[in-house]
Amino acid sequence: MVEFRIDRQSGMAAYLQIVQQVQEALRLGILTAGDQLPTAARVAAVTKLNPNTTLKAYRELEHLGLVEARPGVGTFVSAAPARPRALADSPLRGELADWMGRARREGLDWTDVSALITAARAEHYPAV
Amino acid sequence: MTTADGASRWALEARGLGKRFRRVRAVQDFSVRIPAGAVCGLVGPNGAGKSTLLGMAARILRPTEGSLRVFGSPVADPAGLADTAFLAQDKPLFPQFTVEDTLRMGRELNPRWDQAVAERIVRSGKLPLGARVGSLSGGQRSRVALALAFGKRPRLLLLDEPMADLDPLAAHEVAGLLLAEAAEQGATVVMSSHRLADVATMCDHLLAVAGGRVRLAGETDELLAAHRLVTGVRLTDGVPAEIARHTVVESRTTGRQFTALIRPRGPVEGDWKIVEPGLEEVLLGYLRSPAAPPLLTAAARIDGPHGQEQEDQEVTA
Repeated sequence: MVEFRIDRQSGMAAYLQIVQQVQEALRLGILTAGDQLPTAARVAAVTKLNPNTTLKAYRELEHLGLVEARPGVGTFVSAAPARPRALADSPLRGELADWMGRARREGLDWTDVSALITAARAEHYPAV
Repeated sequence: MTTADGASRWALEARGLGKRFRRVRAVQDFSVRIPAGAVCGLVGPNGAGKSTLLGMAARILRPTEGSLRVFGSPVADPAGLADTAFLAQDKPLFPQFTVEDTLRMGRELNPRWDQAVAERIVRSGKLPLGARVGSLSGGQRSRVALALAFGKRPRLLLLDEPMADLDPLAAHEVAGLLLAEAAEQGATVVMSSHRLADVATMCDHLLAVAGGRVRLAGETDELLAAHRLVTGVRLTDGVPAEIARHTVVESRTTGRQFTALIRPRGPVEGDWKIVEPGLEEVLLGYLRSPAAPPLLTAAARIDGPHGQEQEDQEVTA
């Protein structure tokens, strides 16, 4: 079982925070196949989070193939780990590394780069 | 519309609802609905009409105009009384009663009383059943009041500032208890609160009022997603044309910076930094700009608030 921590100042939607925390717990081995996630009522009691938000996060995790809902019982971590290292091998990662190298050679410091990333993110992921 | 299944889809349904206290119109022209199963935050400045709305839904105040239905039945119909629990801000309880006496009162006054639920809520706060209510702390009294409310097994729970005057720990416990029990029982919750950070994560629906009128109503996510916060360099006086094409809730210039809260109609053109605002930014924008048009999502909107006279018979103004 895990406990979630909702950062109300982060600006990130609460359901995404839960999705991320479950993904992280899976990477770290805090959650493994067959483990049960806390019920929405339990999350509500501990973190004051609306139960529908928790259920939304669980649906998203189910969509990603990370957990499965067993009606009337609860939500459990799936047996098969989904898409391992898919992002690490992606060409996007290499392109981003090249881009960042170029930015550095042109004399941009991290604050500049971070501002560019924030601006691009606001453009392409406005809801996140 | 009050078809057989439509009747239970909406926990609250107001059509042209109004309440006048002598000369003062506390609530006016109020047409909105809240779906069953929602946890709805009722927000707005002091004197906006929040408590009046809760009082009318709780059948403590009688509407002077329009109609208000709870799960499809007019508020004037006494049959619906058992469905609703109301927790006033001062959480009125008898101070000389013990916790056990208070629960017995609940049992004897309510036909659908669930002693197990009430005792579970009291026990989870480690409250001694023999303690007098007057000797309890604010957080403990809130817990007893919630036990009384949930023991009634209400379909609709109305709360006026449930976490006000509680210390942070007690407020956290009361909020968690409230949400967990509401989820467990499938109850609809309407709670007024000034704690916007709590409202943002506790409530899936929002009803913002100001001056007795609806300013925002609907699913919290949908209301936020309908807005954008736009900032950029000010090139002209006033609102730039490419921004004025959208619904501008609020705009201001600070030096060379232009900022606006808008409801975009299509893509925003120009070199602007565009972000989705938080609940507080949207809410303050609407409260500061009374002229900005209200926003009701499709779920909250009642089409044709007027011309429903045949449905408004329960109120004789």
